[in-house]
Amino acid sequence: MVGWAIALHGGAGDIPIDLPENRRIPREIALRHCLDIGVAALKSGKPPLDVAELVVRELENHPDFNAGKGSVLTTEGTVEMEASIMDGKSKRCGAVSGLTTVVNPISLARLVMEKTPHIYLAFDAAEAFARAHGVETVESSHFITPENIARLNQAKEFNRVQLDYTAPTPKEPENCGDSQIGTVGCVAVDSAGNLASATSTGGYVNKMVGRIGDTPVIGAGTYANHLCAVSATGKGEEIIRGTVARDVAALMEFKGLSLAEAAAYAVDQSGPRGTCGLVAVSANGEVAMPFNTTGMFRACATEDGYNEVAIWPKN
Amino acid sequence: MVGWAIALHGGGGDIQLDYPDELRIPREIALRHCLDVGVSAFKSGKPPLDVVELVVRELENQPVFNAGKGSVLTAECTIEMEASIMDGKTKRCGAVSGLNTVVNPISLARLVMEKTPHVYLAFNAAEAFARAHGVETVETSHLITPENIQRLKQAKEFNRVQLDYTSPGPKAQGYHGESQTGTVGCVAVDSAGNLASATSTGGYVNKMAGRIGDSPIIGAGTYANHLCAVSATGQGEDIIRGTVARDVAALMEYKGLSLTEAAAYVIDQSVPKGSCGFIAVSANGEVTMPFNTNGMFRACATEDGYTEIGIWPKNQNH
Repeated sequence: MVGWAIALHGGAGDIPIDLPENRRIPREIALRHCLDIGVAALKSGKPPLDVAELVVRELENHPDFNAGKGSVLTTEGTVEMEASIMDGKSKRCGAVSGLTTVVNPISLARLVMEKTPHIYLAFDAAEAFARAHGVETVESSHFITPENIARLNQAKEFNRVQLDYTAPTPKEPENCGDSQIGTVGCVAVDSAGNLASATSTGGYVNKMVGRIGDTPVIGAGTYANHLCAVSATGKGEEIIRGTVARDVAALMEFKGLSLAEAAAYAVDQSGPRGTCGLVAVSANGEVAMPFNTTGMFRACATEDGYNEVAIWPKN
Repeated sequence: MVGWAIALHGGGGDIQLDYPDELRIPREIALRHCLDVGVSAFKSGKPPLDVVELVVRELENQPVFNAGKGSVLTAECTIEMEASIMDGKTKRCGAVSGLNTVVNPISLARLVMEKTPHVYLAFNAAEAFARAHGVETVETSHLITPENIQRLKQAKEFNRVQLDYTSPGPKAQGYHGESQTGTVGCVAVDSAGNLASATSTGGYVNKMAGRIGDSPIIGAGTYANHLCAVSATGQGEDIIRGTVARDVAALMEYKGLSLTEAAAYVIDQSVPKGSCGFIAVSANGEVTMPFNTNGMFRACATEDGYTEIGIWPKNQNH
């Protein structure tokens, strides 16, 4: 019998190797903390869907990651959060976009899945749905951190979003290289092979208001079926075009690749270097966490006792 | 050398065989008209991306189909239109949701693709983007038809959206079963194998305001790559779960299936019966238009002169 497995991420991007300790250590601690919560939940018998939601709630609450509190800002200095969740066994899913006051977008996505005949609700109506269901909301200012105000200023200064991605970006002063990091996510599988995936984000620094990325798009940022569960992070537009999360499962299903092969292939094909990373688990309890960016904040654990917290490639 | 091919749809759903002439004939005429527009565009050398946009604009302008003018109404009696477009060669794509005044959502989706660094814009911001680019807008009331006000009333009366889809809904007086048809779409390929797909819809009768379906979701309602182009219609939630449009291409790419085999697989395996139909063309100029619903308003043409307009399965068309 195979054991449970869990993997989570706090975003992939151009995370420089010389990331200062005062930025690296809090994130490593946060990853470890979220991993422990997920492991404890699996050990106590919680189903993978609950585990994925729980861990992503923790990541959303953590101000150092780009989701919930700590979300990056739109070009108008506002927060627009989005998330999606998927249950592998039933393929039921839920997604939300354009949230400005909901403390835990991932839980609202789950509510859409469970309390409506729909999958995806967005903007004003999603906010209204949250209130109608007594979901926790706060003033938008709660989500905004000084670091993200600084990131927005830097991005505006360098018009980063408009740049052709193949041209090298000039490094701005005090750039810690992590402003392209988006998204948090978690995938989990229990010993019976039930899978689930959850992803949440504030989106893209300096994005156009109303811009939707890959995170709430089932098949792009999130996917789970009977074979695997996947949560992606990186350049949202490329992940949408590359249908990254669905492709990992499709490669296993239609081409017979293993999880590791499928995950590596999907990341390679998603676009040029620096585009994307993902975490994935299979029904057999395997874990894969490939990325073609400089780094990806990530952690994983399996029932046999293995666990890992990391940022850069292993070597 | 393989020729060009084009296919388009005006929605798949529970279209009963006793569909009255006064509803059927205008739709067949509209399908023929839109097919002719697409064929002329090909003959005049327009690239597939232009062709699919052009044809979907025509379908949006037809009040009998659920997109643009003639869009179905939300539970709050409003219109919320969405669309997406994808170019197979480059895999560039554009999508919009939550529009209520834009006359041609598919063209706004294309504008997102071509004029922004993003793929998908929605709701107020998408409307503002339209105005900023001088895109044609009208009062929402211009897009609403009496038939759709009627459909909403019937749906509210029977809480149709809340029904378990496996149980038959009671038939309302004058209900012709096609209110679940949604979406229009077009796929096209030129003789060089360049592919494109476009899909547009008013969504689901009586849907919750703010509900997004499959039409603007790349990989669900729309997809195109170097192998094929696909546009789906039916129950949006099932199409999202089944990643329908992407799966057709993935089966060709990863399992080596032909277009027809891949399409048949997806219709059978990826979605529940009665939930979905789609149109697809391959780089080789093949066309397929499968559906597991009672009917799907559809048309296609290939360069060798073949054309087809249909609603029901081939052995049941009038």
